Amino acid sequence: MHHTAAALVIEGLTKDFGPVPSLDGRMVRVLDGVHLEAAMGSVTAILGANGAGKTTTLECAQGLQRPTAGTVRLLGENPHHASPRLRARVGVMLQDGGLPPSVKPMALLRHVASMYADPRPVDELAGRLGIDDFGGTAIRRLSGGQKQRLALACALIGRPEVLFLDEPSAGLDPQSRTIVFELIQELRAAGLAIILTTHLLDDAQKLADYVYIMEGGRTVAEGTVADLTAGAAPENFRELRFQTVPGLEIPPGLLPHLHRAEPEPGQYLVSGALTAGDFAALAQWWDAEGILPVSVTMAPRSLEDVFLDIAGRSIR
Amino acid sequence: MTSAAPLARRVLRHGGYEAAAMLRNGEQLVLAVALPLLALAGLVATPLLDGFGPSRIDTAAPGVLALCVMSTAFTGQGIATGFDRRYGVLRFLSTTPLGRSGLVFGKAAAVAVVLALQVVLIGGAAVLMGWRPDLAGLPWAVLTFALGAAAFTALGLLVAGTLRPEATLAVTNLLWIVLAAAGGIILPATGLPAAVEPFVRILPSSALGDGLRAAFLEGSFHPLSCLILLGWAAAASAAAVRWFRWS
Repeated sequence: MHHTAAALVIEGLTKDFGPVPSLDGRMVRVLDGVHLEAAMGSVTAILGANGAGKTTTLECAQGLQRPTAGTVRLLGENPHHASPRLRARVGVMLQDGGLPPSVKPMALLRHVASMYADPRPVDELAGRLGIDDFGGTAIRRLSGGQKQRLALACALIGRPEVLFLDEPSAGLDPQSRTIVFELIQELRAAGLAIILTTHLLDDAQKLADYVYIMEGGRTVAEGTVADLTAGAAPENFRELRFQTVPGLEIPPGLLPHLHRAEPEPGQYLVSGALTAGDFAALAQWWDAEGILPVSVTMAPRSLEDVFLDIAGRSIR
Repeated sequence: MTSAAPLARRVLRHGGYEAAAMLRNGEQLVLAVALPLLALAGLVATPLLDGFGPSRIDTAAPGVLALCVMSTAFTGQGIATGFDRRYGVLRFLSTTPLGRSGLVFGKAAAVAVVLALQVVLIGGAAVLMGWRPDLAGLPWAVLTFALGAAAFTALGLLVAGTLRPEATLAVTNLLWIVLAAAGGIILPATGLPAAVEPFVRILPSSALGDGLRAAFLEGSFHPLSCLILLGWAAAASAAAVRWFRWS
């Protein structure tokens, strides 16, 4: 891809960990040639299952890990042993938050703010993210969603130009999720480069301008959500789901050109290049079997299908 | 463009923040204030140190100040750093303009602040109990004290950066007890069995105790103590730089 203003450029990134005693002291290759580019003013999502290498990629980009091979340029600089000047331009929200449990949220936020020459007003940001509601409670007593919001505030307090969010919606209740997603969209509009990891396809579909799919330590596919879901699939690719009694055999002669599955008992999935005639044939079969499904839904190809095609397994 | 606060401000702010955290922690206060005061009272009430100096309090006070260095720089700071590492606090703060070096300097500044408070409190209590230090040795005492703080801070960081926090807790507390009892810090190494004395003498605890006693009891400089502390500080710092894991 070609961006006008690249915030992050990763080329051929390889990372080995080890030696691992349980593997006779061999090294484990966690990243194996990652390529990634993230533009200013856009949300770049790294999508992958657990263990795909998303967090390690972010840590190399943030300068927390030293790459074994390859190059990382963050705002044109090498992030490993970054200068305070570079670190001031980059906000980081770690997957586990990195919050000290005995400290109170407002005290922590004020402390982090003091590391910057011109931080955002603490009270304003705390109000925006609803942190003032629990600002005096020790961090160890906060819910997962409250901790996530505080970690996000800590990442934003220094007015970063680049924002890294590792699994930003993990542990968020629906209300916090709405607050956080709105803020992310607002920051993108303000011109920030936002780079986030997620294993939730829904997050990527809602937020991302550009998606990288990672699998086995590599970036295996990339594109806008529209590009990826259109892919090589025909215009009339549909996923048809219906719910009824479990254990039905869809007759082999029925819709032979479509993919049929029962991913969960009683949940049936028919996917492929679907016509209205296929739909009618299916309805005839229901009628012959005396079935009236509880629900029937039809949708175009989703990121989940893309992921299944590429990784050969479900993301969950 | 976004920019970082000046280096000195970052380090001082972080030093203040860490010092406040240490002083808020109840266990830390017991270790930093209550135990040294108890040790002072115990050593004055019992004949343990008789024969090592002109009076019990004059012999006890330098050793108890050395004990403060060990509790604050090594045990307290080591445990706090170990848990910060576990919770990802070290990783998060190192992504801010504070950075890794700012974190370490900030921690050292926090140790210095807490030690200064301890010297005032414990030293003040000792003076009230009749301690009359030889003020001619004050510069030497300050030098020895600073080298001891550096050595024990580096050792605390080394333990915290290489072991799990629970193990750091166990190791630093155990070493504190062992060194307080038999490390030449309160009871001079010369008072220990001859078989162990040469080994105890090269420990940082013994060097710090001996150096402070020489300064306050005789007003004299004890170069060997300073060399031993310098060696420990250099070796532990080098090892910490090499093996410290941030996550």
